[in-house]
Order: sequence, then structure tokens, then C-alpha cells
Amino acid sequence: MNARNTLVVLSLALVALIAIACAPAFTPPADAVGTLKVGANEPIHLTWMFVVTGEDGTLGVDSRRGIEIAIDDKGGKLLDRAIKLDGQDSGCNAEGGQAAAAKLAADATVVGVIGSSCSSEMRAGGPALSKAGFTIISPSNTAPDLTDPAKRVAGYFRTAHNDTIQGAVAAQFVLTQLKLKNVATIHDGSPYAEGLANVFAANIEKGGGKVVAKEAVSPTDKEFKPVLTKIAAAKPEMLFYPIFISAGSLITKQAKEVPGVDKIPLMAADGTFSGDFYKGAGTAAVGMYQSSPDFSAFAAGYKTFLDKHQKKYNEKPLSAFHAHAYDAANVIFAAIEKVAVKGPDGALYIGRQALRDAVAATKDFNGITGKLTCDPNGDCGAPVIAVYQVTADNVSKATTPEKPFWAPPK
Amino acid sequence: MQKSLATRFTLTDIFIYILGGSIIALVVVGSIATLATGLYGPRQWIDFTITGLTLGSIYSLIALGYTLVYGILRMINFAHSEVFMSGPLTAYFLADAMGKSGYLDENPVLGISLIFILAIAVSTIVAVLVERIAYRPLRGAPRLVPLITAIGASFFLQYAFRGFFGPNFKVYPEMAILKGALVLGDLKMSYIQILVIVAAMLMMLGLNLFVQYSKTGKAMRAVAEDKETAALMGINVDRIIVTTFMLGGALAGAAGVLYALVYTQVQFTMGFVPGIKAFTAAVLGGIGNIPGAMLGGLFLGVVESLGPTLFLEGLQVPAPYQLRDAVAFVMLVLILIFRPAGILGERLTEKKA
Amino acid sequence: MNPAMLNVTPRAKFAPAIRVGALGGIIIVFMGMIGMLETFSKRQIIFGVLDMGHLIIFVVFYLTAYFALKRPHGQVERSQQGRWHGGVAGLVNAASLVVLAIILTILPAIRNVFVNMTPALLELITFEKGLAVGSILLLIAGAGLGAFVGYYFYRPNPILRELLFTISLVLLIGLLQDLLRVTFQYIPFLSAILFETSGLSLFGAALLFAIILGGFEQWRRRGDGWKARYNALPTPKRKQYSRTLFGFLIAVVLLLPWILGLFFSEILVNVGLFVLMGLGLNIVVGFAGLLDLGYVAFFAIGAYTMGVLTTLSPEIAFHPGLNFWIILPFALVISVFGGIVLGVPVLRIRGDYLAIVTLGFGEIIRLLALSDALKPYFGGSRGIEAIPKPFIGPLELIGPQQMYYLVIIGCLIVAFIALRLKNSRLGRAWMAIREDEDVAQSMGIDLVKTKLLAFGIGASFAGIGGAIFASKLGTIYPHSFNLIISINVLALLIIGGMGNIPGVIIGSLVLVGLPELFREFEDYRLLVYGAVLVIMMLAKPEGLLPEARRAMELEEFRHTDDAVPPEGITGTLKNPGQA
Repeated sequence: MNARNTLVVLSLALVALIAIACAPAFTPPADAVGTLKVGANEPIHLTWMFVVTGEDGTLGVDSRRGIEIAIDDKGGKLLDRAIKLDGQDSGCNAEGGQAAAAKLAADATVVGVIGSSCSSEMRAGGPALSKAGFTIISPSNTAPDLTDPAKRVAGYFRTAHNDTIQGAVAAQFVLTQLKLKNVATIHDGSPYAEGLANVFAANIEKGGGKVVAKEAVSPTDKEFKPVLTKIAAAKPEMLFYPIFISAGSLITKQAKEVPGVDKIPLMAADGTFSGDFYKGAGTAAVGMYQSSPDFSAFAAGYKTFLDKHQKKYNEKPLSAFHAHAYDAANVIFAAIEKVAVKGPDGALYIGRQALRDAVAATKDFNGITGKLTCDPNGDCGAPVIAVYQVTADNVSKATTPEKPFWAPPK
Repeated sequence: MQKSLATRFTLTDIFIYILGGSIIALVVVGSIATLATGLYGPRQWIDFTITGLTLGSIYSLIALGYTLVYGILRMINFAHSEVFMSGPLTAYFLADAMGKSGYLDENPVLGISLIFILAIAVSTIVAVLVERIAYRPLRGAPRLVPLITAIGASFFLQYAFRGFFGPNFKVYPEMAILKGALVLGDLKMSYIQILVIVAAMLMMLGLNLFVQYSKTGKAMRAVAEDKETAALMGINVDRIIVTTFMLGGALAGAAGVLYALVYTQVQFTMGFVPGIKAFTAAVLGGIGNIPGAMLGGLFLGVVESLGPTLFLEGLQVPAPYQLRDAVAFVMLVLILIFRPAGILGERLTEKKA
Repeated sequence: MNPAMLNVTPRAKFAPAIRVGALGGIIIVFMGMIGMLETFSKRQIIFGVLDMGHLIIFVVFYLTAYFALKRPHGQVERSQQGRWHGGVAGLVNAASLVVLAIILTILPAIRNVFVNMTPALLELITFEKGLAVGSILLLIAGAGLGAFVGYYFYRPNPILRELLFTISLVLLIGLLQDLLRVTFQYIPFLSAILFETSGLSLFGAALLFAIILGGFEQWRRRGDGWKARYNALPTPKRKQYSRTLFGFLIAVVLLLPWILGLFFSEILVNVGLFVLMGLGLNIVVGFAGLLDLGYVAFFAIGAYTMGVLTTLSPEIAFHPGLNFWIILPFALVISVFGGIVLGVPVLRIRGDYLAIVTLGFGEIIRLLALSDALKPYFGGSRGIEAIPKPFIGPLELIGPQQMYYLVIIGCLIVAFIALRLKNSRLGRAWMAIREDEDVAQSMGIDLVKTKLLAFGIGASFAGIGGAIFASKLGTIYPHSFNLIISINVLALLIIGGMGNIPGVIIGSLVLVGLPELFREFEDYRLLVYGAVLVIMMLAKPEGLLPEARRAMELEEFRHTDDAVPPEGITGTLKNPGQA
């Protein structure tokens, strides 16, 4: 070995020694999906994926505000790190969901996604988000199949109620409270309305009732008298139309002008649970029923939440899922606090699988929508649905009823 | 030309007639089966028809705008649906203010007239602006070019109005004077329906008289016939074209207010569906033909209203009203198969290909 | 400056400048009123220094001054007074914003009608400095920029031009930050200094400015020398260079999804699907001149064929669960069939009648897919789920990065077919029909066969696109097959340049790809889209990359004063509505 080689070997050895000496004794937690490293001065990056533009935009903006208030409540910080929140518009359709998911999935700093708004977005975009290792919590996906074990993507959870619950409660109300057997349903060709109408119909038939007419309209229609005339010919005792505000309010109004359905009870669902609906329907809405999350059963925190909302945005919540979004954010915050490990270099290490497991292990979590417990399929929502009756006061002030008219017996 | 096609290509002709024949057969079988169920009495059919006529009257008024412009410029003014939207959406703010202050209840006739005037003014301005900015520089360009411009203008206007007034729908105030209904035995018509049908009929009649007998109307027909010759005869072609757009815009604005009175909701997207339907109606009746647009609109309205029940119920199709637009378009295809130039054919001009 | 000239008739002299300034004012006030400025101001271009809302204001000032100086026939006012004209135009433009600011200040309730005339807008246009100071700043900015433009055209010195180019380029980089961010992700330290959380960092902007300016300067000084040296090279050497460049380009195209990452691959795949549809519609509209507004129907047919036959979902009554590669040709056949079924009844219908009938056909297909009546077969509003991804051997095309290759291959094949068709006997027959159906027929062209072939082949391209779309998305809904897709395809065809294959690609990139870079402005997407269509048709109706023949025809229209209106759908000759 000549002198030159010796020198090379020696210097290499020196470098190696220094490297060993400087390397931390710390090993980041091993994780089946991967470990996210949040550098010493970097924020914790949480994202949303909602529809925030277009005609359904209020749905997503409402949810986003829920998250923003949750962050405010944390003082903008988690484990002494700033929380960075941004997100992608997913347009309430499959293509938008997939594009938004691809954009989010391309960012390796993201720890979790709160979203989506519409179930179709999640069906198309969910796989990409899941593959990226994110934990996903939706405040407003209600389609039953998303938490079907055969179809659920890994890491998916939701704080929203499953449609099967709302449909069943509505049917129970009709059968036991109104004591009616012959019902008619209308949906508007949206997956949400069609699913809800079908669950309702199935439950009515299971309870010994009969669905005498099953109709469908288009959400852009304005003239519903023909379809109502047709329904009237089937002589239903009540009409259930779990659709959205614009068409829903017109159906309410026009039903009062069509003999045969002008006197029967009308019932809609949470898609119409909004002040705009009463503006659109006018006095025709008085006395009708609506099923919706039972805000009165929400924990005491909900009142404070509303105050904060009023203060921050100077208006009432725009839609029904702000509280679910607030809870979704808090569930993920709690899980991060549980699993994050601080390295000696000041970086945070978050195991992605560990985070999912921590969310899945959520039990009796005190949310403002109630006590949240995640089941093995990812349903974390506290399923409290009630039926409300619209009063003249609601219509003149364009506000949603506050006290439920009826709630399913426990 | 048509004849030689028919004699030469009998095979396709047979196919077409079989297609048309089977649609007719389905319609007939469906109708008989529906009537046989006995679910619907004359009262229901009258209701269906009146609802259809109300909707159809509005389609007709919008269709006139398409037809007038088409007759003269041979272009589909896709932005017409936004002309229809702009008037009532703007006039909402006036209506709302008058409704809240109680003025509408005190002076209903004057109040409603003011709403009409404002809406008509806005729609007319929008129509003229579109013509001036988007169409006039393209006079003489290949036909796809103004078509694309029209589509662009339509999107632009829709989202501009969304930007102005916000995305949510707005609700016209309820007017005491329009509440209630006229009942004659089985016949029940609400006052609003009567207002819409009568107003539409009057406007169409007026337009027809105007085009037939007034000097400007005659000039319009001359321009429709042949622009160059008309110009040689001393007609100011540009002015006539602007007049045409103004007329179409005014009718659309009026149709918009009628629409807002019946369906109460106005929104930036409200023009899209009625626009497409009115265009269909114009083609149905024979585009460029004023009585044709009227007839097409009324026909389409009635088909939409009673078609799904009459044709599909008997065929055991679930939720037939979901297929309402499909029924309307099938009717369109059916009519064009047998009458390629629409029910009444093109007539604003006698010019043929 | 020449005061003698200014004194003559100032009002008449500045009338054009004032008019253009007022027009610019209307545009910028409009953008403020509909909330565009406010929304756009949320995107930072240079962090903490310039946001997109303010950038737009300045760009409008600049353009206003430019147009105030523009004279007919592409000339620009190049005189000393240019400064004054530009300045006046800019000033008037800025003054309209000041008026807006005053209205916002004294009448805040206007917000109840015009929802976007918010206090935030006032803050924005007054630079958060209050009405008085803000207005003065605005006026100074408008007049200053305008005067600068005037001066620049008066004395267009190369250094100033370089500066301007450099600034525009830096701003463009700031605007397209998303795209560059992913490209720079492999050089983390560079992206760390260049970019802030949103926008360029001030330091990054300065750095880019220096680099680009340096580059320009080098090119200005040495560019000619480099060019000369390249031209002096022996031919084989030059060929070798260009071959290397070509190879490099192919490599880039092949590696693109991995360079650009997941999201941009997703966009590229979408662009590719629209290219497929564009090429198909190009045959129907561009070659054969048959106006089809329901083209989405064939896309839907392809997608639903793929969906129904490959899905694993038990909710669909008939779901054989076949392989992607078996169904792909089948989807093609079915959509050709669909094209012919549509084609036969409309054979005798011409022009605008055709437009509405095809539009109706598109709606009928969507409504049938949506209907409860056919729900057992097509899934109704819940669509078809669990459509598997295609495999190439053991390799699953799981994400957009893999899908990209499938789409590229599809586009290449289809483009090749389209190219061959264009110059074939059939292609010429199509064009003959486009020009004049009656003459074409009397020349012995079989109208029925030719038209049906156009519909069928056009439909097949969309069918392939739809099939790929279905397996890419994994789940399809009837709502995905809206009229707007048909319109989009038609528009990209015309924006790109009809009849021309590169035009289709450019059109898709502009209309489908570009908006994805501005996702947060979704609310204004269709507004801008509409404006672009109108402006494009007014300024360059032949499209960005026109086919030579069409460009010629349109050139004629633009340069003859008394052009006889050509009445064929796309072509030159007459052919009104019907037969």
C-alpha cells in the first residue's frame, strides 16, 4: 500500500467517523406507509378538498370555515408548529375530485386532507389520496358505499352521517309519528338525492308502507306541476323530496297549487335546510317537515362555535356541515398530537399509518356534533338526525327551525 | 335537391322512415296504454295542457328572438339566452325594493309596468351591445366564427352577471294582484298563467303586424331576403340589424319578467335551459318564421308538460319526467325527419338553398 | 415636448387617447365590480410586493396606453407627443378606478346589489392607503405607465426593451409558479430561495431578473456570432445536432410525467383526451363541415361501453368484467355504430338544424344514462363504479403518470389516421361536401356514404377517448357528459385552428391545460373562457395554428370590404339552412 492510498483510506475513515459522531442516536419511527418529516421551522400542512366555487360552492365554503375556526381555537398552532391550511377546489364532480386529489397527492408535505364535499369527488379522487399516504376525513360525504369495507380506501374516515341513517329516520318518522303508509318520492338525479330517496323508500316498504310513486326531475327544472299532477293521480298520503334548495322550494310552492298533493304533508331533507329555501318557497313551506342533523343534540360547544362563526364571517353558517368539518379538524389534530415524535434535530416525525390508526382509534371524542367514535369502516359521525317542522316565523325571517319537532326514540 | 336524394338513396330513406314509424308507433301505443289505465281524467289533461301552454308561451317569446336574428343574419345567436336572463335578474332589485316598501301592493299595475320597463331596457341594451361588439365586426365571416363568438358571449355574460349579483337565486316578491285563479268547471287557470298566455299572444301578434305592415318591418324582410339588394334600395342594413336585435332583446326581457312572475326564482343560469328549448322551438316551427316560432314554442311546452305522462307512463317507464327533455328532442327529430325545414318551414324570407 | 402643438386643439387631439383610456377604465372597473381583482389578488406574484390583482391593474394601464398609441395597419404612434397621449390614456384609465373608489367609499350599501363591491375591493384599489393617498397613487401610476409607454415607442432603445422583456418574463414565471415549483422540486435549495409559500420571493425575483437580463444581454451581444458559427458548420454536423435535439425532445416527452409529477400528468392526460376528441370532431366539422354540437354523446358511449363491460361492481345488472384491451376495440365499434345511428336520420338535415339535432342527441344519451328507467344497466345517477385500470402485461396503469403513455400512444395513432385520411380520396370528398354539398354530389360523390363515414370515424375517436376516460377515472357519472364538453371540443378546435392537427393540440393545451394552472380562480374560468373566445374570433378567427387553406379563406374575408358572406358552415360558399 503506497502512501497515497493510505491517505485516501485514512481520510475516508475520518469522514466516516465524523458522520457517525454527528448522526443522531434517534431513529424516526418506522411506518408501514411512510413517515412524514416536518422540519424544525416548517408548519404542519393540512389541506382541504371541497367544492368552493360554482353553484354548490357554499357547501364547501361552509366546511372550510369550520376548519378555519378549529385552527383559530388551537391558536393557529399544533405542537408548537404553525398550522398551514390550503386546499383544492374539487367542483362536486368526479373529474374535479380526481384533479384536486392529484394536485394534493403531489405535495409530500401534506399530512392529511379534510374532504371531500361530494361523494363523487371521493370515489374518483380517494385512491390517489390514499396512495399518497394521507389521512382523509370528510365532513360531508354521506354516500353509504364510501365506508363499505369492500370499497373503502385506506385512511378514509368521515364525521358526516351515512345516508342510510337519515333515510331510515325519515321513514321512521313517517311511519310512527305521521302514521302514514302511502308515500311518494322525488329525486333530482343527483347521487345524494337518489340514494336518500331509495333508502327512504326501502325503509317505508320494510315498515309495511307502500311507495305509490317514485319520480325524478332535473335540478334545473322550474315547472313541476306536470310531475306533481302525475303524482297526485297515484294518491299518496305524503311526499318526500330530498333534493336541493332551488328545485325543492319550487316543488313546495307548486305542490300547493296541484289538487291531490296540495293538502298532504311534505317532507324534505338536509339538502334544503337553509334560509334560502324558505325565501324560495315562501308561505307554502309552513308546516312542512325537514330531516337534518339534530343541532340541538349537538354538544354545548356548538353555541360557542356559532358565536365565533358570526364574529369571524359576519354571517350565519352557509350550509349544514360546518360543525362536522370543525370536528374532523379536531379529530385529526388530536391524532397528530398523539403520534408525532420530536427528533433531536427539532423535526417532527409523523408516521402516516400510525396517524390513520390513531384516527381509527378515536373513541368518545368530545366533538360539537356529539361524541365521536370511529368504527372499523371509518364512520366516525355521531348519527343524530332529527325532523324539524317549518313555522311561519322561519319563513318570514328565512331562518332554519331551531328545535327539532321529532327525534327518533333512543 | 331533396327529391333526387330520396330517389337515389332509398335504403337510407327506408331506414329513416322505419325509425320515424317506430317512434310514432311507440308514442301511439304508449298513449293508448296510458289512457287505458284511467288514472287521469279530463281535468288532469286540461291541467297538463294549461301548464304546457304557459311554459310554451315563454319559449315562444324567446324563440322569436332567435328566429328574428336567424332570419336576417343566418346565425344562431347563442347569447340570446343571456339577453333573456339579464333583464329580469337586474329588475329583481327594483321588484324587491318595491315589494319591501309595499309599493307593489299599493300600485300593482304601475309597479309591474316599471319592472317590465326596466327588464326590457336592460335586455335590449345587452342585445345591442352583443351585436355591436361581438357580431358586427364578423359580418361576412364563415358561419362557425360568429357561432363561436356567440357561445363565448353567452358564457361571458352569464358569469359577468354572476359576478355582479352573486351566484344565489333571487326570489321575486309575491304580488297580491296575481294571486288566485279563474275557475270554470274543470278549467282552472291561475291569474299568472292567464297573464303570461295573454301577454305572450299580444306581443306575438304585435310583432307579426309590425313585421308585415310597418315600414321598418318591411325593411327587415327586405334585408332578410337579400342584404345587398336591400342596401341598394336605400335601406340602412346596419340600422335594421340593430333594430332586429332590439326587438328580440325587448321580447326576451318581457319573457324574462313573465318567467320570473310564474317561477319566482331568477339566477344567472336561468337563461340556459329556456334558451336551448326556445332555440329548439324555433327550429321546430321553422327557423326564421315568426308564426313558426310561436307554434314551435307552444308545441314544445305542451309536449314537455304532458308528453312524459302520455307517452311513457303507458310503456311502464319509471320516473318519466326525468326523460322530459329526451321526449322533447325525440319529437324534434321526428318532425325534422318528415319536415326537414320545420313545421311551417322558413318564411321570414322565401329564399331557399 | 412641443407646447405649440399641444396648444392647438387639445380636446380634439386627445380625443382618441381619452376614448381608449375610458374603454380601459370600463374594463378595469368591470373586473373590479365582478370581484375578479379581489379574487386574483389572493395569488402572490412576488411575495409581499405584488399580487395578481394589482398586476392586472398595471397591465391594463400599460395596454390602454399601448392601444391609445396604436394606429391603423399595425402602426404605432412614434412621436414626442406619444408620451402625452399615453399619459392621458393611462390617467383617464386610472381616474375611472378612482371613481370606483369614491363610489365604494360614499356608498358602501351598493354591496347589497353588486355583491362584489366590497370594502376589500376599496382597500385593494387604493393600495390600502386610504382614498386620498390611494387615488393619487393610482393616478400617478396610470399617467406614469402611460407616459412611459409613449416614451418607449418614441425611442425604442434596446436596453429598455430588454428590461421590459425581462420584467415580463419574471412576472410570467411568478404567474406560472405552480408549474415551475414542481420542476424545481428536484433542486430543493433553488426552489427554497426562489419561491415563497405563494409567489416568488423578493430575492428570487431579483435573482431571476439578473439571470434573465444577463442572458438577454449576452444574446444581444453574441447571438449573431453564435448563429453564424452554427450556420458555418458542415451540413452533416448540423444534421447531427438537429437529430440530437429531436432525440432530446422525444426523451422529454417520454419523461414528462416524471418531471412534472402527479398533478401535471393528470392535466396532460386530460389534455390528451381532449386532443383525441378534437381530432375526431375535426373530421366531422373541420373536414366534412357538419356542425355537431352533441359530440359528447360518443365520448359517453365509449365511456359507458368500457364502464359496463369492465366494471366489477355487482350493482350493474350485466357486468361481465372483461379486460380493458378486449373492450377498447369494442368501444370503438359501438361508438362508430352510435355515429351512424345519429348520422342516418340527420343525413338530410343541414346547417343549423343539424346543430340543434346533434345537441339534442347528446342530451338524450346523457338523460338515458341518468334515467331511473335504465338504472339497472347504467347505474342511474350513481354511475358506474369500480372500473379497473388497464394492465400492460403485469404493469398496472394505476395513475396519471402511467396513463399518460396510453393517451400519448392513442393520440399518435389517431393523429396518424387523421393525417392519412385528410390527404386521401375520402378526405377530399369530405372537403368537397364542406364547400358545397350539391356540387359535390353532382361530381359523383356518394353523400350518404361520405357523411356516414365522417360521423362514424369522428365518433370512433371520441369513443376511444371515452373508454380511456372511464378506466382512468375508475368511476363515471352521467353528469360528466354535459353539453359543455361538446362546446369545449368545438371551441378548442376553432381556437387551435380548424382542420389542422397541431392546432388541435395547441387548442387543448390552451383551453383544457392552462386553466388548471389557475385552479383557485375557478369562478372566473368560464368568464375568461367566453372572453377569450370572443376576442380570438375578432382578432384571429383562423385560430392559433391555422390550416393553410382556411387561413387563406379567412384572410380574404378580412381584407375585402364588401365580402359576400360565405354561407357554408366552415367554408367559403353559400349553403343556407336547409335544402
